[in-house]
Amino acid sequence: MPAFSEEKLEEVQKIIARYPEGKQKSALIPLLHLAQDEFGGWLDVPVMDYVASLLQIEPIEVYEVATFYSMYNLKPVGKYVFEVCQTGPCMINGSDQIIDYIKARLDINVGETSADGMFTLKTVECLGACGYAPMMQLGKFYREHLTKEKVDAIIDECRKNAAVNN
Amino acid sequence: MAVGSPTSCQITGTAKIKQAIYSNIADQDMGVKLLLKDAQVEGIRYYDAYRKQGGYTAAEKALKMAPEAIVEEVKKSGLRGRGGAGFPTGMKWSFIAKPEGVPRHLVCNADESEPGTFKDRYLMEFIPHLLIEGLIISSFALGSNATYIYIRGEYAWIPDILEQAIDEAKAHGFLGKNILGTGFDCEIYVQRGAGAYICGEETALIESLEGKRGNPRIKPPFPAVKGVWDRPTVVNNVETLAAVVPIINMGGEEYARIGVGRSTGTKLISACGNINKPGVYEIDMTISVEEFIYSDEYCGGIANGKKLKACIPGGSSVPILPANLLLKTAKGETRMMNYESLSDGGFQTGSMMGSGGFIVLDEDQCVVRHTLTLARFYRHESCGQCSPCREGTGWMEKILKNIEYGRGKSSDIDLLWDIQRKIEGNTICPLGDAAAWPVAAAIRHFRDEFEWHVANPVESQQRNYGLAHYADPLAVAV
Ligand SMILES: Cc1cc2nc3c(=O)[nH]c(=O)nc-3n(C[C@H](O)[C@H](O)[C@H](O)COP(=O)(O)O)c2cc1C
Ligand code: SF4
Ligand code: FES
Repeated sequence: MPAFSEEKLEEVQKIIARYPEGKQKSALIPLLHLAQDEFGGWLDVPVMDYVASLLQIEPIEVYEVATFYSMYNLKPVGKYVFEVCQTGPCMINGSDQIIDYIKARLDINVGETSADGMFTLKTVECLGACGYAPMMQLGKFYREHLTKEKVDAIIDECRKNAAVNN
Repeated sequence: MAVGSPTSCQITGTAKIKQAIYSNIADQDMGVKLLLKDAQVEGIRYYDAYRKQGGYTAAEKALKMAPEAIVEEVKKSGLRGRGGAGFPTGMKWSFIAKPEGVPRHLVCNADESEPGTFKDRYLMEFIPHLLIEGLIISSFALGSNATYIYIRGEYAWIPDILEQAIDEAKAHGFLGKNILGTGFDCEIYVQRGAGAYICGEETALIESLEGKRGNPRIKPPFPAVKGVWDRPTVVNNVETLAAVVPIINMGGEEYARIGVGRSTGTKLISACGNINKPGVYEIDMTISVEEFIYSDEYCGGIANGKKLKACIPGGSSVPILPANLLLKTAKGETRMMNYESLSDGGFQTGSMMGSGGFIVLDEDQCVVRHTLTLARFYRHESCGQCSPCREGTGWMEKILKNIEYGRGKSSDIDLLWDIQRKIEGNTICPLGDAAAWPVAAAIRHFRDEFEWHVANPVESQQRNYGLAHYADPLAVAV
């Protein structure tokens, strides 16, 4: 059974306190974000059940939500997830070429994870950075005005960070 | 600043505006800036710099007013919702139900997911205190003691910025208990979404805030009567709420003097696509589309010296227009960057202001491919509750894909037209319409490009259709 640290549990209580008495279900989406960050980047069934227990709601209420929102990963992902926008404004600025380049560089298709478990490539719809296209989300932040050179640099940066953290 | 200058008052009618822009006041600073005027000030993200620029004076002023008087000022300002629908904000506020003993809530819609739109992000990221100040005033006007900012989950770094601003405002007595000694208590909370365009629709947003899937509710009841946790709720866009600050500072009437007709005040436009200077601009709605695209103050012209082919002026849901209809209305008048002028001609020959997401396509772009990406977007974002939307969006994507990849039949174009007609108006929420309109407009104005794809399955894989007859008749060579 997964469990949050004391510190995280305090954060959970703080989030629940934002809503009226008895409306703790409102904390579900923020809690799933916390859980995904904390437990390996995706939401396994035991993790979802744990969140349900924290909020005193039925597990099915958590599954319903986790399957609706695109930011929740329902299967394991790599250490670094490249989420490249492919909607119109990014497309006319070359997002297709960026996606193809990443596929070739990492030798994976969209939705797949590299053999070393390091990278996952996802395509996403408009992230609200259309003026800075092409772009992708990497963790908490956006990487904008992407070029092949920038993609190379980002891949190197990730590999370096991973080496340092291990 | 040109507040009160000839640009901003008394002018009505396109001819006069043109004259004002191009002759008598050409050498004045014409662009009225209310929201972004201090965007470049160093440290404006923090309380001290914001306060130094006159920040929180509107909050001080408003909290001495009666809440109804604030609503009255907003009514007088003519402010229309900046989230897309353009509904008058003051009127919306006056609808909120006030049953005895039931708390009311203000919810700020920061879901910003309409392709082409990234203005709210700019405001929140760079001038967060403007939004927080607007929220304090609006919460006081509506009687909301707990106000929520619902922000799209992908803007993952922005909640920290907003929470920092909230903490600073609290430390200076503008939030929390007994604000400025008025007896009014207010907390602002930031709630992240988790990736769903539909949660920008206000009832879906409310569902999401309650910890559920973002399935829009059937209206009525309207949120003003039964919103979050069944309490009366007002949902407003980020930019709308930020605009309340200058409205209180200058007074509703003065605000209404900026702009033209029912397009009062200023509007943020996020410009993207094939232009030299993509970005977020504040306009006072008296400039022409042509000036917006070609002047160096704004988009700076089409990138790489190319020609303008088409534009979606108000976010992906509004009709695409070919260059000729974009720059001039069907009546031959100069098209202006305001609510009325952009929609002049209805859907036959006009478009909409929408969310202010301004997407420019140059001569090399393929309208079929662009429309396909939008169709895919709407299929992906449909919540699936209504069959016309759920089935129709997927079907349209499939047909468009066939046409784009050289597998289309000539009957496909009429079929697409039929499907979009059957979605429009037959769904619970406006996402169905939003999915239908881009396809309808693309076929209406660019039918020959679709036909060319179908007739030339091989050639269309190798080159784009180009400008064809859409060539800009004004030949705006810059
Ligand atoms: C599918 C859909 C998506 C929407 N997305 C947004 C959005 O991201 N931000 C927003 O402010 N309004 C959005 N709206 C409009 C809201 O439903 C609502 O009208 C708006 O938040 C009201 O605020 P306003 O009056 O200040 O514009 C959307 C509407 C629909 C139908
Ligand atoms: S129109 Fe589409 S998005 Fe809106 S409620 Fe129906 S299925 Fe859901
Ligand atoms: S289209 Fe890619 S960020 Fe908007």
